[in-house]
Amino acid sequence: MKGEKHISREEVEHVAWLARIELSEEEKELYTQQFNQILAYFSKLAELETEDVPPELHVVNLVNVCREDKAGKPLSVEEALKNAPKRRGEYFEAPRIL
Amino acid sequence: MNRLYELPAWRAAEQIRCGELSAEEYVAHLLDRIGEVEPRVRAFITLLDRENLLGQARLIDKRVKAGEKLGRLAGIPIAVKDNICTLGVRTTCASRMLENYVPPYDATVVERLKAEDAILLGKTNMDEFAMGTSTETSYFGPTRNPWNLERVPGGSSGGSAAAVASGMTPLALGSDTGGSIRCPASFCGVVGLKPTYGLVSRYGLVAYANSLEQIGPITFNVRDCSLLLSIIAGRDPKDATTINAEESYEASGGSLKGFRIGLVRELLGEGTHPAVLEAVHRFAGKLEEAGAELGEVSLPILEYALPAYYIIAMSEASSNLARYDGIRYGFRAEGEGLDWSREFSLTRSLGFGEEVKRRIILGTYALSAGYFDRFFLKAVKAATLIRRSLLEAFKNYTLLLAPTMPIPPFKLGEKIRDPLALYLCDVDTVPVNLAGVPAISLPAGFHEGLPLGAQLIGPPLGEQTLLKAAASYEEVSPESFRRPPI
Repeated sequence: MKGEKHISREEVEHVAWLARIELSEEEKELYTQQFNQILAYFSKLAELETEDVPPELHVVNLVNVCREDKAGKPLSVEEALKNAPKRRGEYFEAPRIL
Repeated sequence: MNRLYELPAWRAAEQIRCGELSAEEYVAHLLDRIGEVEPRVRAFITLLDRENLLGQARLIDKRVKAGEKLGRLAGIPIAVKDNICTLGVRTTCASRMLENYVPPYDATVVERLKAEDAILLGKTNMDEFAMGTSTETSYFGPTRNPWNLERVPGGSSGGSAAAVASGMTPLALGSDTGGSIRCPASFCGVVGLKPTYGLVSRYGLVAYANSLEQIGPITFNVRDCSLLLSIIAGRDPKDATTINAEESYEASGGSLKGFRIGLVRELLGEGTHPAVLEAVHRFAGKLEEAGAELGEVSLPILEYALPAYYIIAMSEASSNLARYDGIRYGFRAEGEGLDWSREFSLTRSLGFGEEVKRRIILGTYALSAGYFDRFFLKAVKAATLIRRSLLEAFKNYTLLLAPTMPIPPFKLGEKIRDPLALYLCDVDTVPVNLAGVPAISLPAGFHEGLPLGAQLIGPPLGEQTLLKAAASYEEVSPESFRRPPI
């Protein structure tokens, strides 16, 4: 596995874009090198036989629980906007979309 | 008592409730201790104001005098990891992204502590978004190990463990996604418990990898650990994954006759420091002394635990941290006329640190078209096999025993430039999270003045059994439960 190329610099750029994280040139360089090391280690999993294994997530079996459909107390507009970096009146201010 | 900070929380609470000890005096004493050691240890990101804390303590004393019946943590300060939301007290996740975030609500665990009359002391340092093993990735700078200021306290709940070890607080909460309670408990020489998945509500815990993480206690002794668990455990309508807990957990101790303890062979192999091996065997000897029967169990599947853990954790992180867009809360990059995607990308580029970005991008990769089956799905199937294999082991053994960390606490800066080397340190802790079972890390002696830890691993909902064994071990091992000379 050592030395094998798992991910190219272009792929790192592409995936970072999918994740909406802008990378500097240095970060692209560093991450490409580190990701190759890390993915080489992860590829160890390939040797594990999992043909008939189901992907389970919980150790304790959960059962459906119902509760009364009762409205709780919502946050006030002021509370909800308190942490917004930019607001306009009673709204969050977002960047331009179109 | 001039070292009042060494008083166990359960006893301090008892004394405060019957008026034998004044909460004001107790809190003032702890604040003095903080003044003495915090400038060197740096366990806290936010400390509450002294007057505010003393005011709360005076109110407790007043209610005691008025004959009121107070909660189980009356007047006891508690430090809370900074990824657990606290109403009106900023909750940063040790990230620039949330540097100024002040939650408009309390996490369920915090609500429960307040209902027992505990006093929120402050918010503790951690690896950014709980991603790390050393508390070095914090935007606010690292916490130091109180046993040796050149060493890391472990992570990601490093601030909570360092604060408890150095006597700045008797109780702390941490969160454990892949060892983040047990690792710092081990490195700082204190007790840390990761509960069964679902036992403690995650409502108000800032999500990193929801299918793996649990909030849990970090304390100096086992009885305080049981008390804190009794308070935070149990169903919460606000977290659909929660399950019913025991009425209370007792650190009963006593004889371990009838207990079968299995040493996990694969976690005691090469790569484990000789001093750690020696400590775990000494630990096993103590359990035997208390009446337990020892055996060895082989779980070859654990070889795959580390890659499976990192793939699942990174994948969930990439999805969970997609919410940080700088619109509703958090850091927002300045830029005029940028479109949504550019501003979003720049915000995340500047708001997140190096390790967080590494995990988000790798997680995005593991979930992307063409790689989903090879990485994410494969990892979840590996987790199924690991869980089955552990459950099988519990048919023959009451509890399992393994090192908490394969090495003693390392130096600040020693591993931080090599992410994979740092990931490898989690090899003993992650199987527990993948299986969803509980485990407790306990002090297991020292190597060159640095604490070592061992963990007992229990079956699902085996907390009561874990705590009994932990208390028995504590009874016969007082030399391991020591305070750092700071």
